[in-house]
Amino acid sequence: MWDYTEKVKDHFMNPRNVGEIDDPDGIGEVGSLACGDALRLTFKLDEDKRIRDVRFKTFGCASAIASSSALTELVKGKTLEEADKITNRDIADYLGGLPEEKMHCSVMGREALAVAIANYRGEKLEKEEFEVVCNCFGISDKEIERAVRENNLHTVEQITHYTKAGGGCEGCHPEIRDIIDRVWGGKEKKPPLVKPAKEEKLTNIQRMRLIEETLEREIKPALRQDGGDLELIDIEGSKVIVALRGTCSFCPSADFTLKQYVEAKLKEFVTNDITVEVKE
Amino acid sequence: MRTVYVDNNATTQVAPEVFEAMKPFFRGLYGNPSSMHFKGGEVQQAIVEARKKVANSIGASPEEIVFTSCGTESDNAAILGTLESYPEKNHIISTRVEHPAVWTLCKHLEKNGYRVTMLSVDREGRLDLDELRAAISEDTAVVSIMYANNETGVTFPIEDISQIVKSRGIPFHTDAVQALGKIPLDMNKSTVDMLSFSGHKLHAPKGIGVLYIRKGTKFSPFLIGGHQEMGRRGGTENIPYIVGLGEACELAARHLEEENNRVRFLRDKLEQGLLERIPDTLVNGDREHRLPNTVSLSFEYVEGESILLMLSNLGICASSGSACTSGSLEPSHVLRAMGVPFTAAHGSIRFSLSTYNTEEDIDYILEQLPPVIERLRDISPFWRDYINASSKK
Repeated sequence: MWDYTEKVKDHFMNPRNVGEIDDPDGIGEVGSLACGDALRLTFKLDEDKRIRDVRFKTFGCASAIASSSALTELVKGKTLEEADKITNRDIADYLGGLPEEKMHCSVMGREALAVAIANYRGEKLEKEEFEVVCNCFGISDKEIERAVRENNLHTVEQITHYTKAGGGCEGCHPEIRDIIDRVWGGKEKKPPLVKPAKEEKLTNIQRMRLIEETLEREIKPALRQDGGDLELIDIEGSKVIVALRGTCSFCPSADFTLKQYVEAKLKEFVTNDITVEVKE
Repeated sequence: MRTVYVDNNATTQVAPEVFEAMKPFFRGLYGNPSSMHFKGGEVQQAIVEARKKVANSIGASPEEIVFTSCGTESDNAAILGTLESYPEKNHIISTRVEHPAVWTLCKHLEKNGYRVTMLSVDREGRLDLDELRAAISEDTAVVSIMYANNETGVTFPIEDISQIVKSRGIPFHTDAVQALGKIPLDMNKSTVDMLSFSGHKLHAPKGIGVLYIRKGTKFSPFLIGGHQEMGRRGGTENIPYIVGLGEACELAARHLEEENNRVRFLRDKLEQGLLERIPDTLVNGDREHRLPNTVSLSFEYVEGESILLMLSNLGICASSGSACTSGSLEPSHVLRAMGVPFTAAHGSIRFSLSTYNTEEDIDYILEQLPPVIERLRDISPFWRDYINASSKK
């Protein structure tokens, strides 16, 4: 059984604002029968241009229905500018969290809202700028990019959980990996780390920050490509204590990676006396 | 709250008789049958008895029965054991609707260099035996085709299939996990070489399975270790569970007629009742060739997980082939292979009954399910569109 929160169960069993507004100011439709979930969102504004009434109809699993219900509760009474700032995270948080495999339900809510607001403003979502990456579920590069940024995603599996992209024939996995690289690893977008000229001038705080930054920018993205990860637990002087996560936690080569890669990188970018230890 | 358990293709409750038979082997009768002392002797006889009961229930000889830990182990042992016995051959034939115990194994073997042919099925879930005939080659090491489908209950003509395969001199294995106890199986009259089944589908506990291996079949053990099971499966015998399975097989043989009369009647009543009460409902699979306890229905324009959770709140336990229940994004590979349209595949529900179900259970489902579907269709954006479109016609 899925581990749904009480709030998800409540919004599934007693969904708020079900229905359709007959002459809506904005309407957004996303998903399809083939994809297994779909959402039609309609709203009406009051004279202050705030969302007075909002209704949804959803085809999908319990978390899709709960996410739609949560979305309507979140946007009620908001201006469109305020509503537009709502992320899929906000929807998931409102429900006390969703299982990772079900995060795409919250993304569907976010997408429907964006389409409905664009519909009100008379904008067409500029299709020419979109490129469909996942043909099985019709997911564009822009949708994937947004999910990557808003949810801090790093693996293809995560992208599938959040957007469904890559969950069918898996043919688009290389393209999805490219998008992740472009968002996080893109060398043109991030200035390279520069090792301070004089090591001895690093204060403790500076050294800690540099360790953290090196882990985030240089080390973790590489580990995550193989499904691994690590977490910084503590820094005691030059001793960096980490915990292994993901595939690293049971990888027989983890020790080797720690010394030859993690420690080497830290020595290169921070100071030469750094040692790395795993928290027992 | 009332509990109506109609998910017996997933697992069954342990029969009280089975539980009673097992009990002594957890405490007093704890010996290892391989031991020379009397504690070993005490349990040795229990295995012999249980093996006889299991063999009798399928018309086999006791020495053709190998106890395993589950259906998946039996399937793996049969296929891998045969491949090892024919190292010069590189081709496997199976079907697109197999249980993951065979399906995923075949996919795995394909990655490791084996050539795998997955036979297709038609809209009713039936095989085309000419496709099988055409697929068999000199290079074929083993053919593995399930007896009855776990999702739809559709049964394959296993004896015809076995004869086709055997006439070409190729070993034939069938995954009969869903068949045993529901339809008669008689290895005396069969040509099948290997047959797998599992205890927990027939009111024995989880953790015990059987691989039937016909005398004279080439076989290399999958679990390599001690001399147990005549050297065909290493590992100390799981005595309480073996005893339980013996009891369960005897019970199943006794209940076979009830399964095919009373349980079939209940299944048909459920199926007919739901088709009458809920519009736009489809039956998945060949109704003529089907297990007596299983029905797979698709309720269009609603999604399976939602239906299951609402039913669960009402005390009804069923299962679904919808994508959302499994964590994958695509609906069941079985329904996809049958070409069930997406509109229906996402809203599929399987009811699988057992002899423990009563007519009151069926009446309760017939009363509770229609409003659930109606409620979910009210929430679905497609339902009103569909109704509007149909009324314009």
